[in-house]
Amino acid sequence: MEGRAATAEELRSGRVPAWLLGLAPLILIMLAIGVFALLDGPGIGDRRGPPAEELAVERTTLTPGVIELTVRNDGPDAVTIAQAVVNDAFAQFSGADAPIGRLETAKVRIQQPWIEGEAYEVALMTSTGGTFAHEIPVAVETPANDLSFFGLMALLGVYVGVIPVALGMLWLPWIRRIPPDWLRVVMALTVGLLGFLAIDATLEGFELAGEGSQAFGGAALVLVGGIVSYLLLTGVSAWLAARRASASGATLALLVAVGIGLHNLGEGVAIGSAYSVGALALGAFLVVGFAIHNTTEGLAIVAPIAHLRPSLSRLAGLGLLAGAPAVLGAWIGAAAFNASLAAFLFGFGAGAIVQVIVQLAPSLRDDSGRTLHPGAVAGLLGGLGLMFLTGLLVSV
Amino acid sequence: VAELTRRKLLAGGIAATSGAALLHSTVPHSHPWEAQAAEHHGGHTAGGHADFRDGRTVNNAGNGFDPNELLRDFDWGTTSRMPSGRVVREWELFASEMDIEVAPGVSFAAWTYNQRVPGPTLRCREGERLRITFVNGASHPHTIHFHGIHPAEMDGVAGLGAGEIQPGEKTVYEFDALPAGLHLYHCHVRPLAEHIAKGLYGAFIVDPAEPREEADEMVMVMNGFDTNYDRANELYAANSIPFAYMHTPIQTKRDELVRIYLVNVLEYDLVNSFHLHGNLFNYFPTGTSKTPSEFTDTVMLCQGQRGILEWRFPYAGKFMFHAHQSEFTELGWQGFFEVV
Repeated sequence: MEGRAATAEELRSGRVPAWLLGLAPLILIMLAIGVFALLDGPGIGDRRGPPAEELAVERTTLTPGVIELTVRNDGPDAVTIAQAVVNDAFAQFSGADAPIGRLETAKVRIQQPWIEGEAYEVALMTSTGGTFAHEIPVAVETPANDLSFFGLMALLGVYVGVIPVALGMLWLPWIRRIPPDWLRVVMALTVGLLGFLAIDATLEGFELAGEGSQAFGGAALVLVGGIVSYLLLTGVSAWLAARRASASGATLALLVAVGIGLHNLGEGVAIGSAYSVGALALGAFLVVGFAIHNTTEGLAIVAPIAHLRPSLSRLAGLGLLAGAPAVLGAWIGAAAFNASLAAFLFGFGAGAIVQVIVQLAPSLRDDSGRTLHPGAVAGLLGGLGLMFLTGLLVSV
Repeated sequence: VAELTRRKLLAGGIAATSGAALLHSTVPHSHPWEAQAAEHHGGHTAGGHADFRDGRTVNNAGNGFDPNELLRDFDWGTTSRMPSGRVVREWELFASEMDIEVAPGVSFAAWTYNQRVPGPTLRCREGERLRITFVNGASHPHTIHFHGIHPAEMDGVAGLGAGEIQPGEKTVYEFDALPAGLHLYHCHVRPLAEHIAKGLYGAFIVDPAEPREEADEMVMVMNGFDTNYDRANELYAANSIPFAYMHTPIQTKRDELVRIYLVNVLEYDLVNSFHLHGNLFNYFPTGTSKTPSEFTDTVMLCQGQRGILEWRFPYAGKFMFHAHQSEFTELGWQGFFEVV
């Protein structure tokens, strides 16, 4: 053996430093590109062919007499907006005086005496005669980003996030009294609820990704968000487990709370943005719907700690962790909505929930070690069904 | 029905609950006119009319033609006499491709006769012998198809006479100027819509042997441009440049007879129209009869239809004219007469 192969030790201690070996391929690539450019090789320098123009409308703001669009250049070439047309009539506008470079944004303020509740089609005409049409399905004044608006959004977040979760946690005393078989059914119900949320968030994320600027990855953002949060939470839970010797109910409850919190962040974004574009009318109906829908999230947090005696402050902390992100989400959604960001957040929430499901799964096992025993299946189906039915009340 | 769902459901929820008012009432109701007054920025606009950004205009010099000059530009060609004494009138038209600024900052890859859209307004007298030399300097086959009375082989369509004129080739269309009236010419190569919409058309006037009354004569070829190739027009105009006669009103004199040679070549839209403000006009469809068919202020024309309009302005001032399809109007097909 020693005759024909160097030992690992010998390989590690070569004359050339390791960092240089690591950089060598990169340096060679740069040299190759440099030589190619010097020789004016095809494919280097200006892009050939007719310009490929892409514009995505990232934000629409309506104030009396003005429609303001924030557009992002999605395509490879600069785009020059020459004229604006609203509902088949040229309109005066300001902004976007200079060509918009790749991935740059511009604000176009169009003078249009729009009427509340009516639909508008804004077409931006570029220097090549191309048009980018943007539909405003229902014109509603965009709320001003003032203090009272942020207060309103906070109130909304509390309604749909904090209060329902807190209410759901009131099931704790009941869970403590039921026999272990029943507790497993409740845990399965929780997993079912979370499973529904994960699917829902993923689909919502894909829908948003379709609206957003494709240059940032589109639907891939949702998946990337999911993977990132799954891995982050897995790392955190492994770290917690190492510190506490075993994955206790308390750790699980914390993870569930974080997962649900991330989901509620996304939900808050959706609600806030829907409200700011007028697609969401607020009312007791919505608030009651969310209360029922999200109350079950509270159940998911307390189920793993049924056998413990957590302090009230600890319970309150878990509740806030799960519910309060809805407030933050509503602020983000209303004030700085960006479809690509929202898609990523939805994926992030979904990944967190999947991670929580993986953590909760072992607690479904019955005495003979089966996970999908009849009780668990009934619970899972019940959870899915419950979320589906309550979701009908509040789809945003 | 697909859109019922949430909005209507939620709206119902609001109606049912007075508590909702607490959350719902923060959106003030809009008064657009207030903002419009406040929203002022540089450049003059056409005083509240639809217009291009900041009232900007296209570079007519860059285009090589100006709609205010096209208006009264009649191309009589060159004449000679046959031994019999009959007048022979000749023109040379060449097809070529050029970019036109059809709206400020927007360029359009046009196909043209004699580097202008519409092509030259060919004008002659009834009964003359007409000889049109056509040179195709473009990169696609083209023809000139004249409306009027002529032999089949002079019809400028594929498969008859010279047929399609290939790039670099030429032909001569020769026929008698018949009948008196207002006609048009255009390319007749498939795909037709494309060959017409890109700009290969013009007006063709045959004056009656007995001349019409002296008048301030103008030609208006109603057209449009499909700048994004979706087979619908983004821009509408008379004589190609939208809003041109808003920015530079057409000067006319009080009580003087105004005569408009109006031709519709608009592609993709079923009809076009002409409407005059503050006045009515005599309308002579195709200009073939000297008796007006109608005394009106609005006429409707399909593609290829044309007619002569005559009126006098009894009052000085500015009077609008435009298509009476509001969409066309506010996408460019409107202008002013300024009567002094």
